[in-house]
Amino acid sequence: MVTIQKKAVEGVTDEMALVHAAKRGDLEAFSQLVNRYDRNIFRIAQHITHNEEDAQDVVQDAFLKAYQNLEQFQENSKFYTWLVRIAVNEALMKLRKRRTDRTVSLDEDVETEEGSMPREVADWSPNPEQLYGQSELGDILKKTIQGLPPGFRTVFVLRDVEGLSTEETAEMLGLSVPAVKSRLLRARLQLRERLARYFKSKRDGDGHQ
Amino acid sequence: MKCNDFLKELSDYLDGKITEGLKAELDEHLHWCHECHVVLNTTKKTIEIYRDNQIYELPDPLRTRLHDAIMSKCRNAKQHKKDV
Repeated sequence: MVTIQKKAVEGVTDEMALVHAAKRGDLEAFSQLVNRYDRNIFRIAQHITHNEEDAQDVVQDAFLKAYQNLEQFQENSKFYTWLVRIAVNEALMKLRKRRTDRTVSLDEDVETEEGSMPREVADWSPNPEQLYGQSELGDILKKTIQGLPPGFRTVFVLRDVEGLSTEETAEMLGLSVPAVKSRLLRARLQLRERLARYFKSKRDGDGHQ
Repeated sequence: MKCNDFLKELSDYLDGKITEGLKAELDEHLHWCHECHVVLNTTKKTIEIYRDNQIYELPDPLRTRLHDAIMSKCRNAKQHKKDV
């Protein structure tokens, strides 16, 4: 445990050293920061935009913006937290451009009651992965999460896929901790409900929704 | 405790962020409520399945291309700043 904690501390120190070097104009240091977080930023951008081309743009724009505004990074949060906040904003802007109503925000659809009460209560938990091939399962997971409102899926992705804390997620999204908790609960329940429809029908043997 | 009360605490229960007292109450509810037991198991599995099956991986060739594009834009920005 001591070793893990020590490594984590070294990681943060190391990261701050890279940030300081990048602030002084060291591009190699910034390149290392890109290598450290590009996969995470791509995943988050894909989850929000559901469009690979947009996600690629978000990765590029977020890192460029971070580089150009490094001097404004106050260092009272982690670099990654600051970077994700930039990336989420870029991704929401992309989503807005793709939509005709242009009203996408993290607050959208939060009042929906869908999924608050579970309807599907068959237990499919033991082995849904074994019912599908990897790519078929991937398609189901994508379709399912794409159906969630942006404000819900962003919270779910940061908390449950990227493994960030509730407090970090709140800071990244500019939301209160209770708002993050409420969205996370509803996102989890809605995803569960939607996955249940797939997995139940497969278990029942018809293979269709 | 009713099912609604259990559902409100479901996330914190899964995250292990509840007091011993509340956990005992929720466990008591789970003991007799099959539906909440299933909802708990399947919600836990929902989280695990998304965590374990990364559906949007960045392929290496694309990663290299993006990295080159980012660094080229940053170099231009740095040069532009110098020129100004």
